[in-house]
Amino acid sequence: MKRDIAPWLVVPIVALVTLPLMSFPTWVTLTVAGAAMGMMIFLMASGLTLVFGLMDVMNFAHGAFITLGAFIAVSVLGRLAGWTGADSIGLNLLALMVAVLAGAIAAGAVGAVFERVIVRRVYHSHLQQILITMGGLIVAAQLVIVVWGAQPLQVPKPVALRGSFLLGGAAIESYRLAAVGLGVVLYAVIHTVLNRTRIGLLVRAGVENREMVEALGFRIQLLFVGVFVAGAALAGVGGVMWGVYQEIVTASIGDEMTVLIFIVIIIGGLGSITGCFQAAVLVGLTTNYVGYLTPKLALGSNIALMVLVLLWRPRGLFPVAKQ
Amino acid sequence: MPEPLLSLEGVHTHIGRYHILHGVDLVVPEGELTVLLGRNGAGKTTTLRTIMGLWRASAGTIRFAGQDITAAVTPDIARLGIAYVPEAMGIFTGLTVRENLVLATTAGRFDAARLDAVFALFPVLKTKWHDAAGGLSGGQKQMLAISRAIVEARRLIVVDEPTKGLAPAVIEHLIGGFRMLKESRTTILLVEQNFHMARSLGDGVAVMDDGRVVHAGRMADLAADEALQSRLLGLSLASHQ
Repeated sequence: MKRDIAPWLVVPIVALVTLPLMSFPTWVTLTVAGAAMGMMIFLMASGLTLVFGLMDVMNFAHGAFITLGAFIAVSVLGRLAGWTGADSIGLNLLALMVAVLAGAIAAGAVGAVFERVIVRRVYHSHLQQILITMGGLIVAAQLVIVVWGAQPLQVPKPVALRGSFLLGGAAIESYRLAAVGLGVVLYAVIHTVLNRTRIGLLVRAGVENREMVEALGFRIQLLFVGVFVAGAALAGVGGVMWGVYQEIVTASIGDEMTVLIFIVIIIGGLGSITGCFQAAVLVGLTTNYVGYLTPKLALGSNIALMVLVLLWRPRGLFPVAKQ
Repeated sequence: MPEPLLSLEGVHTHIGRYHILHGVDLVVPEGELTVLLGRNGAGKTTTLRTIMGLWRASAGTIRFAGQDITAAVTPDIARLGIAYVPEAMGIFTGLTVRENLVLATTAGRFDAARLDAVFALFPVLKTKWHDAAGGLSGGQKQMLAISRAIVEARRLIVVDEPTKGLAPAVIEHLIGGFRMLKESRTTILLVEQNFHMARSLGDGVAVMDDGRVVHAGRMADLAADEALQSRLLGLSLASHQ
């Protein structure tokens, strides 16, 4: 079968087309910033696209895992003030990694309970999924307020990750570079698991045709629980990174990302991890380029991008064959 | 008389508010190829899906190898040694030919002799080994679907209309494949509307109409009795050779 390379060219084309419209250092700054934003969006969205692809479950409460990750970052980095304020890149990065790990564990654990108590009861009804997961999101936001309070909280960003450095005249934010690094590493891990392991093979097969996976003797339910928990954990990681980037977190930090996450997974093709990655980077870059070139259009740029992609490819950039 | 490998007794199936199977009685003897015939909408596919647990029997009993599997879930039924080839083939189009086959192995690796036998049946799969299954032709996909059912030893293979929409040359190739399976005494339950294939392969036959089995016997007897064919199927097998 001939490989369809067109969707792979979208991100490079968007990046190259905008290059003549601005100075090179500005372009580098915007591109790194856009890629970093894209990586954080990818972390937050990747689990949602797999959960939908595998079980047709629309989880509108996914933002709750992002919120939880962001508040875990507040608590962990607050307690590790000695490390975040230390004059040591190693200790600074270690503090961030501890927060990332804690965010993943907490969100994964809450995800397991959420799947067992709420999502499992509504597998076969999209309307019920939307209603009950929206309700879950509201309850989760209130629980966050019960634990952490209603006031916005500051996240102590590690010293080494504050500020920018100059690279060939382009200002690069240290934290954004760290976000790009973490995003690329986690994408590589997810990609490897999906493409090089038997579990990954089952997930890919299940996204296409879960009934046939069951007819081959595999319990798709167990697979789904695993994917749901992993997706929640990734959203927790995304929440930590997004919270540290924003430096101020509120109980609505996850809700605010929900629409953007849905735009990304729709552009990428529901159920496709590669599509989610490409779409997240595309959205990140487009937001930054449009915001710089025509600020008045920035607000609607993501919706416009989604419309354009869907007019070209109604099932997204990397459509998953569903049977 | 030895107990059949698979038996259905008075099986009823409802899909939503529709009552599809109205008390299906069917036996599949071990080591034989049993053909399930019947017009479109007679309930053949529903019978296979009910055997596999993909639709739940609302009444009746399904026994496999002496075990009641009526209430068992699909993965457990499959692990008892039943391979299922659905009408739509169930090929994972985004996966390679190799990945499609490896999913059908319990340990995640191939038995070399078994794989050689698959390649002997369908040599084209060897040349397409690392290609995406979505790029295969209809006939090749059907070969892959059947290969997935036989890449490991199974006690029963349940196949739903494997020749549907295929070119005559491909059908002949598939018939050759099923003949080789028959020679190895593999038990097969085959839903088929191609009478040439059904007659040339079937040991036993069951004819369905309106959600129940209206005739069961030996294929040779049905093939020799044009009046019976005409009554059961509305046409003669001879006219479909």
